[in-house]
Amino acid sequence: MMSDIIHDIDHAAPLEIVDRPVPWARRLYANAGVRRAAVVLLLAAIWQVYGVWLNNPLLFPTLSDTLVAMGEGVVSGEIPRKVAISLRVLLMGYGLGIFVAGVLTGLAATSRLGSSLLETLTAMLNPLPAIALLPLAMIWFGLGEGSLIFVLLHAVTWVVAMNTHSGFLSVSQTLRMVGRNYGLSLPGYVFRILVPAAFPSILSGLKIGWAFAWRTLVAAELVFGAASGKGGLGWYIFQNKNELEIPNVFAGLLAVIAIGLIVDSLVFGQIEKRTLRRWGMQAH
Amino acid sequence: MDGTAGLGVAGVTLCYSTAEQIVTATYRVSFHVAPGDRFILLGPSGCGKSSLLKAVGGYMAPVEGHIALNGREVHRPGPDRMMVFQEFDQLLPWKTVKQNIMFPMLASGKYSRIEAAERADMYIGKVNLFRARDSFPHTLSGGMKQRVAIARGMAMEPDILLMDEPFAALDSLTRGQMQDELLGLWEETRCTLLFVTHSISEATKIGNRILLMSAHPGRVRAEINQVAGRGKALEAEIYGLLFGSEVGHDE
Repeated sequence: MMSDIIHDIDHAAPLEIVDRPVPWARRLYANAGVRRAAVVLLLAAIWQVYGVWLNNPLLFPTLSDTLVAMGEGVVSGEIPRKVAISLRVLLMGYGLGIFVAGVLTGLAATSRLGSSLLETLTAMLNPLPAIALLPLAMIWFGLGEGSLIFVLLHAVTWVVAMNTHSGFLSVSQTLRMVGRNYGLSLPGYVFRILVPAAFPSILSGLKIGWAFAWRTLVAAELVFGAASGKGGLGWYIFQNKNELEIPNVFAGLLAVIAIGLIVDSLVFGQIEKRTLRRWGMQAH
Repeated sequence: MDGTAGLGVAGVTLCYSTAEQIVTATYRVSFHVAPGDRFILLGPSGCGKSSLLKAVGGYMAPVEGHIALNGREVHRPGPDRMMVFQEFDQLLPWKTVKQNIMFPMLASGKYSRIEAAERADMYIGKVNLFRARDSFPHTLSGGMKQRVAIARGMAMEPDILLMDEPFAALDSLTRGQMQDELLGLWEETRCTLLFVTHSISEATKIGNRILLMSAHPGRVRAEINQVAGRGKALEAEIYGLLFGSEVGHDE
């Protein structure tokens, strides 16, 4: 008699058909760090070849000349000193910008008037280049850190606030209802539900804000580093240009780029790895 | 009936406004859920069953009528009425399975951290998720996510567990399995359920009492207080009540 249900159909495939190791070339290519390093090496090679071919150190020094100048600058302590001056001001402006953005988005998250205030201010002020405020800042705050921090604040606040606000708005209705279900206080609701749920947008705002702050600071230092007596990297670049020390100019620019890369991959990259990717909120 | 123990919904009219008009979702709906009931709100889409559940949850205020849980009027959302939603994104993606289950217990201040951890482990065991205990929600299947949401709701031991079509987004095999598991959990905990569905078979399988609603605006069509053991005949009767021309009546 034939059974209606046939059990135990042979389904045991050999193990190597089911699971195979990924070839090493594909594993390397899958690593974002390896890919980025390859891009950096390629750009460095193009720079060096072009510099040698042009053979005009006043216009475009080679990568090796730049690295030598940078090495000397680092050893003499001049570049680290300039970097420290720039970073100190930068962090103060960045921190203040984030604080103001936090207050504004907090208002926007809790009242409709606050939301209109933020949206209007952002629409008005975000397109205004921070550097255009520098002349005004110099009149208000004088030739010093005050002016720099003011323009940095302007460079950071709007982009961070805008991203955080749009992140809050995109938190799903279900998650909002879940959060309200637990009887959280208003600050508890904002910090334990809205902020983590909007974290992808918040982090991208912080990243863009960092880049805006960095470029604004270097530009502002180019303008008046001299007057304040102790300029940062921007002033270093400007001063060396005046003295036609072009490899030093390139070394200064390279330092700006290097710090940007390091912060992007070490600080923000690590934060992304530990939060968004772990939570499945961002693709690898 | 006694209005103090359990959930009392008395003459509740719910309205919501779109940009152009104010829509009446339910009109003077009344029912009473006794402790330990598995009470089903059943009806076609547009009958206001989800709006009613949201009102019981405290997310929506009635224009008319009263909602009271154990004698206390419902004004706002609260952890005595835990919600389980249909959507898979109801879990907090930044917390593991165990942390998700612990979160309401800690956030509401109802349990200490040690108690919350113990209770979370207990309910993770009840829904068979021990292996996924420390996983993040994005690595779970739809059925597993709904199990976590149910465990999160039940672990709070709320006065009533509000379930808004929790299995509607699942495939039919998983749905059947989840319905059996929910009944098993109810046997163990005897919690009070208010369960919204548009599926007649789900209603007769899960509920011990069914409130049948009709649409536009949502009104009570019938209250069925004897579900057990009536199987297919009851399903046919409900089908007739919803779609047939003759008006049935219930004991």
